[in-house]
Amino acid sequence: MKIQEFTASAHNFEECMKCTVCTAYCPVVPVNPRYPGPKQAGPDGERLRLKDPYFFNQALKYCLNCKRCEVACPSGVNVADIIQAARIRYDHTPPKLRDRMLANTDFMGRLARPFAPIVNGMTGLGVSKAVLDATLAIDRHRTFPKYSGRSFEGWLKRRTKEQAKFERQVAYFHGCYVNYNYPQLGKDFVKVMNALGVGVQLLDKEKCCGVALIANGMAKQAAKHADKNIKAIQAAVDKGLNVLTTSSTCTFTIRDEYPHLLQKENDGIRDSLLLATRYIYQLLEASTAQLKFKENYHVRIAYHTPCHLEKLGWGIFSYELLKMIPGVEFTLLDSNCCGISGTYGFKKENYEASQAIGKPLFDQIRSLNPDFVACDCETCKWQIEMSTGFTVKHPVSILAEAIED
Amino acid sequence: MKRNEYDVIIVGGGITGAGTARDCAMRGLRVLLIERHDIATGATGRNHGLLHSGARYAVTDQESANECIRENMILRRIASHCVDETDGFFITLPEDDLNYQAKFVESCLAAGISAEVIDPKEALRMEPALNPDLIGAVKVPDGSVDPFRLCASNMVDAKIHGAQVLLYTEVTGFIKDGDTIKGVRTYNHQTHKAVEYYANITVNAAGIWGQHIADLAGVKIGMFPAKGALLIFAHRVNGIVINRCRKPANADILVPGDTVCIIGTTSTKIPFEECDEVRVTPDEVNLLVEEGAKLAPALASTRILRAYAGVRPLVSADNDPSGRNISRGIVCLDHEERDGLKGFVTITGGKLMTYRLMAEMVTDLVCRKLSVDKACETAETPLPGAGGKNFREVAEKIWENPTTVQKAAVARLGTTANRVQTSDSLDQSLICECEEVSVGEINSAIERLDVSGLTDLRRRTRLGMGTCQGELCGCRAAGMLAKAHGCADKARDDLKDFLTERWKGMYPIGWGDALREAEYTQWVYKHVLGV
Repeated sequence: MKIQEFTASAHNFEECMKCTVCTAYCPVVPVNPRYPGPKQAGPDGERLRLKDPYFFNQALKYCLNCKRCEVACPSGVNVADIIQAARIRYDHTPPKLRDRMLANTDFMGRLARPFAPIVNGMTGLGVSKAVLDATLAIDRHRTFPKYSGRSFEGWLKRRTKEQAKFERQVAYFHGCYVNYNYPQLGKDFVKVMNALGVGVQLLDKEKCCGVALIANGMAKQAAKHADKNIKAIQAAVDKGLNVLTTSSTCTFTIRDEYPHLLQKENDGIRDSLLLATRYIYQLLEASTAQLKFKENYHVRIAYHTPCHLEKLGWGIFSYELLKMIPGVEFTLLDSNCCGISGTYGFKKENYEASQAIGKPLFDQIRSLNPDFVACDCETCKWQIEMSTGFTVKHPVSILAEAIED
Repeated sequence: MKRNEYDVIIVGGGITGAGTARDCAMRGLRVLLIERHDIATGATGRNHGLLHSGARYAVTDQESANECIRENMILRRIASHCVDETDGFFITLPEDDLNYQAKFVESCLAAGISAEVIDPKEALRMEPALNPDLIGAVKVPDGSVDPFRLCASNMVDAKIHGAQVLLYTEVTGFIKDGDTIKGVRTYNHQTHKAVEYYANITVNAAGIWGQHIADLAGVKIGMFPAKGALLIFAHRVNGIVINRCRKPANADILVPGDTVCIIGTTSTKIPFEECDEVRVTPDEVNLLVEEGAKLAPALASTRILRAYAGVRPLVSADNDPSGRNISRGIVCLDHEERDGLKGFVTITGGKLMTYRLMAEMVTDLVCRKLSVDKACETAETPLPGAGGKNFREVAEKIWENPTTVQKAAVARLGTTANRVQTSDSLDQSLICECEEVSVGEINSAIERLDVSGLTDLRRRTRLGMGTCQGELCGCRAAGMLAKAHGCADKARDDLKDFLTERWKGMYPIGWGDALREAEYTQWVYKHVLGV
């Protein structure tokens, strides 16, 4: 290598020109004065932490990890990665019980599923909310996503033979939300894929992607999930399958957070892991498959791009797909963070900031007054539904209801 | 007593002058220190900032090695806030002779320096930045020391003990009475006034410029100006000092200092006339990066912040053209004995590491001449700011839950950080974002540390020493100085000088990110601020 031909640093922190555009785009900075902002917490703080780990600042936990700073950075600095990597490396405080519960989405899902009606009833009660608020500091305003009595995995397993009949096949990384909370999205996905002439398989074994574990200081556990998921996805890729997802955050975590934050090499699977809307758009665009839409479908949709989808740069596939549906009046909402950021907004200490961050988005939705909102992210859905009262549907579910049965 | 009369006048505001002023003042003398520019502008502020264990000199110069390790241990005690106890490695690479290691360890032990042979794998675990090809490693008690802070602390303590300090005041001549120096003629570059000061003894502690001062006094000292160039990398690549275990050569020390790390040095003889304007050449930059990458391969692809060079104040003793083999030994000249000139002494040679010992030696001489019988106490008495086990302990003693700004202030000022106002959000807001220097810390420096411009402020606070090299902090600090000094025009000129000085260090390494940063800085100042 030629001396000084290029320079390199962890997450490119040395490329920072101190232009501060990241801080200008950070949704937390205007609402939480305790947060030093992405530039200070990221590239600036990194130099101090390298001098002495004592410079690690607990206020880094206020970072949403929305990655908007990275989208804004003109120098290619992975600002949020620097912050999250610092939390993983320097924060040794053991996670609270609440954070463990919020982070272990698949464990909690498995636990709750058999008792779904009871659990759903309980978590919906005002008195339980007050108890959760007081004992675990889970904000009382929040509504827990409902658990489903039957898992999506079980549903699809019962249809293995039927799905195998399709000549074209994909594997589906359904994620915790589809499996435990909202199997209907998975069913909608299967319906759309089948309509396109594609059969859906499960992966050999899938674990939660681990995004909530990373965010809640359990990176070691997340790394174990990563190993298992990479192995399972690789097995599907080796069979020549694309692996599709319906959650933008799961996709983003497996593609980018695994190598950047957990040091898990995923080159073998990275290009085959796609968001469902991207895959569907590409099929339709290439005219290798067609969808037959209902004739009397008329809706006004406002689409919210989740931050991680924006970081992936794939939002365009979702909204172009929605625009293809005849009878859809489409509005792309302004680029804003909804404020929930997974488990972040559930925490009592973040509730106010979370709502303040989402306010411009909520205001815009209210003023547009659409029939419903569309979004590829489950946690954005909870936040927007709770904060505006508008229903939020996944683009795949919208496709499912717009095509002829 | 006449006005402007002192027991001793010290010429030179580097670490030797500051240390001497402190020692003399602690022994009860009336002291005046005169400096042409600001504190630490010569060799004091233009070196590695290495807290030598003495190991580097052990094989070739036992006396220097022994002085180093003794002073090393003293500085850890009296200047804990200036010292980072990082330890150091002397590594052997495949192209080096491993037999040298045994000789090196033996010499270290003979000089009283602990030297422990470490298995290369273990060394790599302790310091992952090391060249993984290493075949040998020895651990020694090296460290890093902040020369600006050390100099400023000595200056502050001298003033606490009654010394007077005049900065930006140049000695233009001596007042002589027959064969006796009675005082100095000076010119103040800020007030533009010529003033005479009188003292029984004048100490020439002007470093490399001591030759010129001696000339003015009418005696000859032959200095051996040897330029040493260094590079600053933008962050700490290593946590432990890395040296090469071989005969001292170019670019074989990498020191982690504060938020950066520094590779150096070179050694080139230069004419005395060039001492005021040394520049780093492209060849020197190439050599530093190439040799540096042998110590820590990451240097080959790590962003460089700037290049700088200093001039070693060596006293020429032989005809060695490189200046490498001249003893770094201390030279204390009694000109009465040597040249028959009374009231004039010179302290020179030596190193940053041995400044305190040099001060002690020359103060002993001054005291003998003035018949003052008081023992030196500088080896035992801590400097202002020293104390506490580490900066974490100091920070948590001052504040219950220190913020990043407060931690940064303690890391620079030690126990005296308690004087920095951090009570409200304005005090805690940042002037220098790269180095976390707050409004409160800048104000405290302006009030207490003889600051007349931005560059002075930089030496006392690290303002502008970070990645952006003054891009964001320069204009903010200039505003504060304009307010403090009541003159916006002066502050504007000062800002120009400050940015020019920052650019001077970036110019030799003007590529990649450093060049982008410089370009961006230009946009900010020219097109946004309209300066």
